[in-house]
Amino acid sequence: MPKNPNVKRVLVIGSGPIVIGQAAEFDYAGTQACRSLKEEGMEVILVNSNPATIMTDGDIADRVYIEPLTAKVLEQIILKEKPDSLLPNMGGQAGLNLGMELDESGFLKEHGVTLLGTTAGTIRKAEDRLEFKETMEKIGEPCAPSLVVENIEDGVAFANKIGYPVVLRPAYTLGGSGGGIAHNQVQLEEILANGLRLSRVGQVLVERCIAGWKEIEYEVMRDGAGNCITVCNMENIDPVGVHTGDSIVVAPSQTLGDKEYQMLRSSALNIINELGITGGCNVQFALHPTSFEYCVIEVNPRVSRSSALASKATGYPIAKVAAKIALGYTLDEIKNAITGKTYASFEPTLDYCVVKIPRLPFDKFITAKRTLTTQMKATGEVMSIGNNFEGALMKAIRSLEQHVDCLRSYDFTQLSKEELLERLEVVDDQRIYIIAEAIRKGIDYQTIHDITMVDIWFIDKIAILTEMEAALEKGPLTVELLKEAKRIAFPDNVIARLTGMGEDEIKKMRYDNGIVAAFKMVDTCAAEFAASTPYYYSVFGSQTEVEASHPKKKVLVLGSGPIRIGQGIEFDYCSVHATWAFAKAGYETIIINNNPETVSTDFDIADKLYFEPLTPEDVENIVNVEKPDGAVVQFGGQTAIKLTESLMQMGVPILGTKAEDVDAAEDRELFDKILEETQIPRAAGGTVYTAEQAKEVANRLGYPVLVRPSYVLGGQGMQIAISDEEIEEFMAVINRYEQDHPILVDKYLQGKELEVDAVCDGTDILIPGIMEHIERTGVHSGDSISVYPAPTVSEKVKETIAEYSRRLAKALHVIGLINIQFIAVGDEVYVIEVNPRSSRTVPYISKVTGIPIVDLATDVIIGKKIRDLGYEPGLQPAADYFAIKMPVFSFEKIRGAEISLGPEMKSTGECLGIAKTFNEALYKAFLGAGVNLPKHKQMIITVKDADKGEAIEVARRFEKLGYIIYATRSTAKTLNDAGVKARKVNKISQESPTVMDLILGHRIDLVIDTPTQGRDKNRDGFLIRRTAIETGVNCITAMDTAAALVTSLENAASQGEMTLIDIAAIARRGK
Amino acid sequence: MKTFLILEDGTVFEGTHIGAKKEIISEIVFNTSMAGYLEVLTDPSYAGQAVCMTYPLIGNYGICKDDMESKRPWPDGFIVRELSRVPSNFRCDITIQQFLEQNGVPGIAGIDTRALTRILREKGTMNGMITTNENYNLDEIIPQLKSYTTGKVVERVSCEEKYTLPGTQKIEENGPLSGSSVFCKEDYGAGIRERKPSLVKTLNGKGLRVALLDLGAKDNIAKSLAARGCDVTVYPARTPAAEILGDKPDGIMLSNGPGDPKECTIIIEEIRKLYASDVPIFAICLGHQLMALATGADTFKMKYGHRGGNHPVKDLKTGRVYISSQNHGYVVDMDKLDPKVAVPAFVNVNDGTNEGLSYTGKNIFTVQFHPEACPGPQDSAYLFDRFINMMQKEGTIHA
Repeated sequence: MPKNPNVKRVLVIGSGPIVIGQAAEFDYAGTQACRSLKEEGMEVILVNSNPATIMTDGDIADRVYIEPLTAKVLEQIILKEKPDSLLPNMGGQAGLNLGMELDESGFLKEHGVTLLGTTAGTIRKAEDRLEFKETMEKIGEPCAPSLVVENIEDGVAFANKIGYPVVLRPAYTLGGSGGGIAHNQVQLEEILANGLRLSRVGQVLVERCIAGWKEIEYEVMRDGAGNCITVCNMENIDPVGVHTGDSIVVAPSQTLGDKEYQMLRSSALNIINELGITGGCNVQFALHPTSFEYCVIEVNPRVSRSSALASKATGYPIAKVAAKIALGYTLDEIKNAITGKTYASFEPTLDYCVVKIPRLPFDKFITAKRTLTTQMKATGEVMSIGNNFEGALMKAIRSLEQHVDCLRSYDFTQLSKEELLERLEVVDDQRIYIIAEAIRKGIDYQTIHDITMVDIWFIDKIAILTEMEAALEKGPLTVELLKEAKRIAFPDNVIARLTGMGEDEIKKMRYDNGIVAAFKMVDTCAAEFAASTPYYYSVFGSQTEVEASHPKKKVLVLGSGPIRIGQGIEFDYCSVHATWAFAKAGYETIIINNNPETVSTDFDIADKLYFEPLTPEDVENIVNVEKPDGAVVQFGGQTAIKLTESLMQMGVPILGTKAEDVDAAEDRELFDKILEETQIPRAAGGTVYTAEQAKEVANRLGYPVLVRPSYVLGGQGMQIAISDEEIEEFMAVINRYEQDHPILVDKYLQGKELEVDAVCDGTDILIPGIMEHIERTGVHSGDSISVYPAPTVSEKVKETIAEYSRRLAKALHVIGLINIQFIAVGDEVYVIEVNPRSSRTVPYISKVTGIPIVDLATDVIIGKKIRDLGYEPGLQPAADYFAIKMPVFSFEKIRGAEISLGPEMKSTGECLGIAKTFNEALYKAFLGAGVNLPKHKQMIITVKDADKGEAIEVARRFEKLGYIIYATRSTAKTLNDAGVKARKVNKISQESPTVMDLILGHRIDLVIDTPTQGRDKNRDGFLIRRTAIETGVNCITAMDTAAALVTSLENAASQGEMTLIDIAAIARRGK
Repeated sequence: MKTFLILEDGTVFEGTHIGAKKEIISEIVFNTSMAGYLEVLTDPSYAGQAVCMTYPLIGNYGICKDDMESKRPWPDGFIVRELSRVPSNFRCDITIQQFLEQNGVPGIAGIDTRALTRILREKGTMNGMITTNENYNLDEIIPQLKSYTTGKVVERVSCEEKYTLPGTQKIEENGPLSGSSVFCKEDYGAGIRERKPSLVKTLNGKGLRVALLDLGAKDNIAKSLAARGCDVTVYPARTPAAEILGDKPDGIMLSNGPGDPKECTIIIEEIRKLYASDVPIFAICLGHQLMALATGADTFKMKYGHRGGNHPVKDLKTGRVYISSQNHGYVVDMDKLDPKVAVPAFVNVNDGTNEGLSYTGKNIFTVQFHPEACPGPQDSAYLFDRFINMMQKEGTIHA
């Protein structure tokens, strides 16, 4: 079938800010889809509120709107741009829901816009629990006994009928928000109440618990003519009960015979056919471990996290093909881009094994529950490829960037057999390490299986790894043993640790005996056809397939690894743009990365893609084969920066800013010297290693002080301490891991925080703009609302910042990117920190100024000068609109996490509000972040003493907007004394009704709760904040944020039509 | 034990020994199926060949004897990257190592199977030796390898006497319909393993009698027909056409099988008579090739064949594409077809080779791929229903 000639202008919806359950995979899918549409000559209009994405670049779509993803905004865009079609299935659940809303309201029909791909009817059939179940029953596909309930009574009655435990799944939520397993009525009532509220349609599915069954997924494609294929299947090592996003997953399935494999495959095809899906679709099954009984868990009628994983695991570009199908092509008309010879209507076959491990945020939220459930908690994931399972698992573990490199990385040796048996019952992110320890202690496979329900095959594979550990420990290290250890991907440093030898000795022994990594190609067809796409993974004991490269200059671009809090999608943006810029300058580009969700690991971004862990040894294997002319580390965040020294030891020149200058920015003493030379003031402070030293410095400076490790990202471990006790507490937390670098203790200054990203060519500096944070210092810059251009500081401050930036860049010999954070106290400017590399704000500031910072930085790294690139150095004139970056959090997903903002970053993503006026931009930013108020016009205020003065003003403004204010005793008194009417509510410990009852009553719009210092979880405040978050009530923990919100709401009242700004037009202006 | 795979181009792979202890010379082919190694091993079409599995982890779910496609494994040798030491599946009877040993199939593990596959892809299928003799002499071995041919293997793999497989009388006898299995704790505890799920929803072939010429048939061909209600009589490969036609079947099925179709000169003669009979015929794989040869078309050997479960075939009548199970090294030459005799019905989407023929003016259709699956996708099982429709339209149903 040829493409549909009526489709010319397509509106593509992105997925919005990164939250748990909806992350970078949709930037990958959306970017692929847009490129695929443009390839077909379509005009693409893109809308996504997330400025850190690649898809929102001016060169990916023709019109780009970084606007809040609401139906109202989309309607306005449709009126303005008049698209003929809408592609809703690339933007995850958020995009799909929006597309459905517009369809249901009749708006699309009224304005002649066709939904491309899967129809609205099909989406409803797949997503509506009841319709889905009926459809499945009709075609004889089994679902677990279940009932959709809209109230608690029905849920209880049904659970009593089918028996506990039962699983609860709210309809139309992402990442399984609000779901869970209830073992009794009390739990059922609690989870159900929450789920009913979170569901877009107020429906929750109560179903028979199939926990412990094998969880198997199929990625399926179907075209408009009804041709179906499965791209791949995947088996979760964690059985049903853990969200697939939090499971360790292997592709293809390992423990299914052809009978089970084909039974489920046929079922998946039956389902996609019956639903009439056109495009990609994910079908999840639960398979009974000792019979052919299975249940269909769910179907996602769109691209998903799993489809991104499947694309990377097989080389089959699901989103790209889905976009072509949406235009009317059939699978046998679409070429397989990997082989260039075969067509999209085939099924990839793997001759390797893929392991995915989720990246969980428990290192950020140390108070949170580590338990894994049907509610996804992972912020990201890593993938690895090997020709055996053990090796793929080992490679994935060391890709995690979590201080782990083998199955001994968590020490459970002190646990007794009995304790281990107990611990095996706990389902958390450490389960494989516990299983390994159980094997070491001699607990048999069957016992481990009976408790965990992890398949014996996987348990045996873990046992093979523990046997190797033991063999290495016992020694002697023969060549044969070393070969075997490398075959299952033990890294040299682990072998060294276990044998007591030096890492260099191990490496030498390897090289002397020819034990080196070989690289194999991911080609979709198990070598049956010659493939032209250089997408590689390493194995030991094999022949390499890497071909000698072209005689071009060759550059290695290091990616940023898994998405975690503090290192998000923005670094992938930078890596990809740098790769493109190098390619444009005539370089051969090589990307190394291990994150399957990203654009950078798409096989057609760089000339060569190595899907490998980002450790010195793994990188060196590639360097040995590729012999690059240089490596660029400044775009890949901390992951890449950490490899600088190793790369230099391998003899790979670091392009751009030199390693010693990066060090100078991070090393306290060197940096102090530079500040002294350049006469730039900073807060007084010192470096320490122990709590004693820290207290001494703190007392010398006077509290409050800022405590943080050097060389970290996202302010990890950073805290404001107000007493010796807190110093001790924080130092203990930081020193959980051995610190290679000293810990910094600084005087805490309170002022306005400002930030610049700049490009420096060694002589001149280009500063696209100054960003100002709405929250005062003390809140991590990644969690602050950031405004461009800086609205409240004087010209003098701006000039000082430009001047200091220039001096710092020059003193640090920066070639490329630099990010500097300042505090302005009055007109005095102090520097907080300098990062001679890309930062979180680079994509945002690039887009809103139209200055392609990464491209310029790359050109500068290659040797060009800013002046030659057509730019006048210095601070660029401010734009005539405001762009506000709003952090977005995923607190509701992480039980027990402290939500109050501080120096440690906690947000998972961001969105942008851009408009002619500050107020409108702010309104859009809040709207984009999902703060859609007012609803009930009732709020709770409870603030610490220091904030009471400011609270009066904020409360007065809310009162004016018609809000009824509840406050705890002392806050209420302050407000009432100041003439703001506030109703007093009881504290949690007092008699009912308390502040908790109010929140649980679902009539509250907003809680303003500024926490007292310290991390004591048992305080009322912590409970209030958690309850608010878990019941979906907006909760604000900084007075500045509260003031900004009230400003936004005041403006909302008068807000009519929103102004729409085309980012692509800004980009064109910038060039 | 050190073991070597020596190819006729002089390439030597060193690995470890698996299976039975013996030395073999055979034609080396590769199969790209990720699951279904037992079905591959017991597919008689592999007689005279040694199979390399491109998927590196083999034996993960052990051997479930119920899934065998014939009474024994047929390949001369088995080549894998890694054999699982612990199998895991609720139906597993023995390990794959035990199975290979018990059935006298030697093999090699621990070699770079992808490198081997690339060699076969580039240079074409070739002969090789699996040996544990460390003192092998290439100068002696290579001429031996070059002279090896699979020869006349069909007779070797075909059944010796005719037998019948009665059609299913009640749909429940087929086992639970796929999706309707329910785990029964008591039965499982008592060692009862439920039957494999069935795809067949109606007994549309009830009362029809099918003659299946066993050229090396996989069991699931007869089973697929019987499950639809057909009574199947299986005939040895050398059965004269007259004997088959004398039994007055409603339809004739020609099975898959091993080797070069042109070696089957006598069988081709008999098939020509079947063609002339006006009895509806459906043929698979070797049967498809033999029918083509019997009616004046030609076949040729492909460079490295199609063996796997992911090949797209297009039904030229409907334009629909199906993913198919494949195992063939020879193919019908489409350029030499006489449209008055047969026209292409299916074509391979990847390389455009012939995947099926429809015989002009005849109730005959034949396919190169395997609608009986096992291993591989079940997407083309509808062809058995097409055959049944053809039989029903054609004749009176025998009571």
